[in-house]
Amino acid sequence: MGIEPILFYSFATVLLVSASAVITVRNPVRAALFLVLTFFASAALWLLLEAEFLAVALVLVYVGAVMVLFLFVVMMLDINLARLREGFIKFLPVGLLIAVVMVAVLVLVVGPEQFGLAKFAEPARHNADYSNSRELGLILYTVYVYPFEIAAVILLVAIVAAIALTLRHRPTTKYQNSTEQIAVQRNQRLRIVEMPSEERK
Amino acid sequence: MLQWLISTYENWQPVSGYLVHIVAITVPLFVCVAYLTYVERKIIGYMQVRMGPTRVGWKGLLQPWADMFKLLFKEIIIPSGANKILFLLAPILALAPALAAWAVIPLNATTVLADLNAGLLYVLAVTSIGVYGVIIAGWSSNSKYALLGAMRSSAQIVAYEIAMGFALVGVLIAAKSMNLGDIIVSQAGQHGFLDWFWLPLLPLFIIYFISGVAETNRAPFDVAEGESEIVAGFHVEYSGMAFAVFFLAEYANMILISALAAIMFLGGWLSPVQGWVSATWLATPYIGWILDDGFHWLLIKIAFFLFWYLWFRATFPRYRYDQIMRLGWKVFIPITIVWIVVVSAMVLAQVGPWWDRPS
Repeated sequence: MGIEPILFYSFATVLLVSASAVITVRNPVRAALFLVLTFFASAALWLLLEAEFLAVALVLVYVGAVMVLFLFVVMMLDINLARLREGFIKFLPVGLLIAVVMVAVLVLVVGPEQFGLAKFAEPARHNADYSNSRELGLILYTVYVYPFEIAAVILLVAIVAAIALTLRHRPTTKYQNSTEQIAVQRNQRLRIVEMPSEERK
Repeated sequence: MLQWLISTYENWQPVSGYLVHIVAITVPLFVCVAYLTYVERKIIGYMQVRMGPTRVGWKGLLQPWADMFKLLFKEIIIPSGANKILFLLAPILALAPALAAWAVIPLNATTVLADLNAGLLYVLAVTSIGVYGVIIAGWSSNSKYALLGAMRSSAQIVAYEIAMGFALVGVLIAAKSMNLGDIIVSQAGQHGFLDWFWLPLLPLFIIYFISGVAETNRAPFDVAEGESEIVAGFHVEYSGMAFAVFFLAEYANMILISALAAIMFLGGWLSPVQGWVSATWLATPYIGWILDDGFHWLLIKIAFFLFWYLWFRATFPRYRYDQIMRLGWKVFIPITIVWIVVVSAMVLAQVGPWWDRPS
């Protein structure tokens, strides 16, 4: 048996187990950590597909940045699990209905007839000098340049909007202005007084 | 059956080869980490007109081993109410990225464990995982001091990672490659150390190293430890070997940041006198080996950056927290963005001696 099937099956197992743990564990922090593990395992699977840029970007963006902020928020919140469970029975029929509809739609769209080894040709293997990031860059900046730029602009607008939403000027709060503190000069804080030394008695 | 065994062996043979290589990289690294603690205490001692450790072994040279055995035999106390699995996992999560990143570090012109095309991205991604050790340690300890310390230091790590990433973008524009070996080769030339990227990328170089100091939570950015303000940050509940692993991670990260700075801005294993000494000198035994490119130059450069780390620690007072954030977000990130534009312009204009060669 080769290494690749073993790697695939072990990472796929980790992926499935941790993905189901995300929605089954009770503690939100542990759920977030399982989500991190899920991202990591899927990055490993993408590496097996020779999609190294996407795999590394997944780890860099989602594991390294997004999930850290997620964990920040989840850790700071005092989530009362008992209150979350209130009305579980009352909403169960609606929830079940939605779940059934979701599963049905998913099966229709990505059901077994769309997948399977016969449906997809085995991805072609590339030589060692094949650079996935280079190929991706070439196609992103030529064929898909407009969608790519539009996505970038939308993200920029989102950043500006997020900052604008949280930027509040409250005149009552006291805060230290680092810029002023750093720019301070000696003569603003200190006065050197010249005085004659006293005579010894 | 026999056929299957043979084919399995043939499939797995490269894996055992990799394991040998991994051990050959990590064991010397651990020895370096152990002696980095000794060197740190000695150097800071001399800077403060003290002797440093002198008692264990000749000139205190066995001090790291004494420390290690002391920590090994100490009890690991797991606080009540702590999340046991995560509590024990956190130190490993802190250390593993610092070791995993060494897979793509080129040791000389031919020696590298994994010659990745996306080496720079890999390094960035792997080092960004290190923050989980801090967060998980702080949260799983079930202690408010540990949680507060973890919040402080992980916010700092996340903030400085952005400036660090932008500095690396400048490097990859300059080198036109993400492969660390190619980045070093693109700094080769006939003008000695002036061919390296530290000169055209000087702001990025400085920002990268300062961000690296902040990433590793070292003085003057050591608000995670802050022994005079908060007890000891995220690892306050750790004792014995679990604490020692956090310590190992910190020092291994220092060596890693130094190695990366050496590779990306100071030409890695390239000799600082490249192109200046004649071929006859290079052919001379001993002298030529020293003057030629090689692993020893990488070691010297790493030692250079590590000395700066220790010098910083002995010199600067600790930053105030809001000023750390101000420096990271309002000073470093704008400078890096501006300099990326400048670098791109220089590459397009083929400014010599860095970009006037046909690539």
